Amino acid sequence: MITIQGKGVSSGVGIGPLYFYHRAKTTITRYQVEDVDAEWQRFKDAQTTAIEQLGDLAEKARAEAGDEAAMLFETHQMMAEDLDYEEAIEGLIKENKSNAEAAVTDVAVQFAQMFESMDDTYMQARAADVKDVSRRILSILNGTVEGGIASEVPVLLAADDLAPSETVQLDKSKILGFITAGGSGSSHTAILARTMGIPAIVGVGDALKPEYEGRQVIIDGATGNVVIDPDDMTRDRLLKKREEQLRLQRLLESLKGQPNITKDGKSIRIYCNIGSPDDVHAVQVNDGGGIGLFRSEFLYLNSKDYPTEDEQFEAYKQVLSDMEDKEVIIRTCDIGADKQIGYFNLPKEDNPAMGMRALRISLTRPDFFRTQLRALYRASAFGKLGIMFPMVTSVWEVREAKKLCEEVKRELKAEGIPYSEDVQIGIMIETPAAAIMSDRLAKEVDFFSCGTNDLTQYTLACDRQNNDLGRFYDPHHPAVLRLLQMVTENAHKNGIWVGICGELGADLTLTETFLAIGIDELSVSPRAVLPLRNAVRMTDTRESSARILEALNNEYSAT
Amino acid sequence: MKQFVYTIQEAVGIHARPAGLLVKEVKKYQSTVTITKGDASVNALKLMALMGMGVKCGDTVTVTVEGADEDTAAPALEAFFHEHL
Repeated sequence: MITIQGKGVSSGVGIGPLYFYHRAKTTITRYQVEDVDAEWQRFKDAQTTAIEQLGDLAEKARAEAGDEAAMLFETHQMMAEDLDYEEAIEGLIKENKSNAEAAVTDVAVQFAQMFESMDDTYMQARAADVKDVSRRILSILNGTVEGGIASEVPVLLAADDLAPSETVQLDKSKILGFITAGGSGSSHTAILARTMGIPAIVGVGDALKPEYEGRQVIIDGATGNVVIDPDDMTRDRLLKKREEQLRLQRLLESLKGQPNITKDGKSIRIYCNIGSPDDVHAVQVNDGGGIGLFRSEFLYLNSKDYPTEDEQFEAYKQVLSDMEDKEVIIRTCDIGADKQIGYFNLPKEDNPAMGMRALRISLTRPDFFRTQLRALYRASAFGKLGIMFPMVTSVWEVREAKKLCEEVKRELKAEGIPYSEDVQIGIMIETPAAAIMSDRLAKEVDFFSCGTNDLTQYTLACDRQNNDLGRFYDPHHPAVLRLLQMVTENAHKNGIWVGICGELGADLTLTETFLAIGIDELSVSPRAVLPLRNAVRMTDTRESSARILEALNNEYSAT
Repeated sequence: MKQFVYTIQEAVGIHARPAGLLVKEVKKYQSTVTITKGDASVNALKLMALMGMGVKCGDTVTVTVEGADEDTAAPALEAFFHEHL
């Protein structure tokens, strides 16, 4: 048994025979050409074919792994038709009478060196792209076929490094895992492996010897372990791990379309937190029930100046229409504290977490706020919208914000612009003041959503950004949980619903607690939806709730 | 000739993706577009040269637009820089 340590970049356990990727050898012959124009034309034809092939690969990658992977091949296309690249090749053919193969080879080296000599690791890695594009053109010139997997059974594929075009062309049903000598977590192989759910380990260096080919190997993508000729114990352990993972994966997959309901029939809504319209896809793939928190900050952060009403309207409208009849809760601008923006010209503060941020800015700059509210109400005609105000501490703030909403609605009506009358208005509960005042605040709004990150920070007087505070910043602190319980009771007494949109919502060790307290909605990152649904479905509140509530009220506070 | 100065906001600088988008954008116009950083200048149609400049976040570049459609191309490119870079 031989163990090699690499860097795990895509988790999962793969077991099978080791197979070395055989790259079609493009041995090039160098010779002087007579008819330089004909040779140039030969290059141009090969270049055109390469660009066509890359276009097809872009579409294949788009279907298999999304737009980001497709962009890779689009970049390759542009490299293939790059003016300098082409001119350098033209020079070698027309002036030195080089044959096309020799010209492409030499120019590839030259451009790869340019990237390799840059001081930025991202750019250095682009050398592989130039080589990949050039290899493609060479293969076309030579009429050679790219290397594939000449094996009947699925294998663990080992290679020095795999070019993106090589990875995407491989028959995925033949691959149990990837092992590469070079590469990093951000290499193309790693990214594609992760999107396709195939275990991958990179950076094993020269530890993988050619004589290992064909031998039984197990890889663990989570730990970066490669085991050649594993003994029975190692094999059993890793196989068990794989079984466990596959079981979980199948289980989560089977939960799509299922309700979030406990064994005793209690249900809870599981929504998603998103940061931009692009994230809607992930919500749909993971079967999120709606969007519980759409952070509108991306509009402000990606912009050089205040985004216009129309820009905002388009972004909101897109999300609302994409989500169809599902609820979408958009939080108004939450700038300030850890999110600073130059053009807001906010004065420097010693303690921004307690300073001019979020709703405080919106109420201080009503024109700015009005722009966002107009965009939101205009978008409300295209779906099921909820508007949520962040960083509330007082009843008057909510009244003032609601008054602006009413004014905006009147304006739109007067202008004949459609909007929905059913927009829900809610607030974030993320300050102790809001939690303590929740009985009064509940009379003003349609829902509460608890921002547990800030609620923990303010309640425990612990700066979230200060890593040294470690054990003092404890979101499980009974003070936080008791506030959540109090907020929920006050919400329900007033007939409104309450959710959690902080990181705590996805904490599976608290799912039973949230069900016991009576939280109505949990809004989590899209990938957390199915594990959370599973946790809810495993819970029997008849068994857990009484115990948890008892603990909350008693010496739970030993903490 | 039209010119504007722009400070790169994109965290990774002019890497492959934005460079590719920029080339695509520049192709829409007849004007010659030149990107200058310090002493180095490149034609914005040249993808690899553009990437080879190693323009990073916070770097200031001068964009020069020269040609028949420079009056429409320059503001459009300025908007492009604001949006993508």
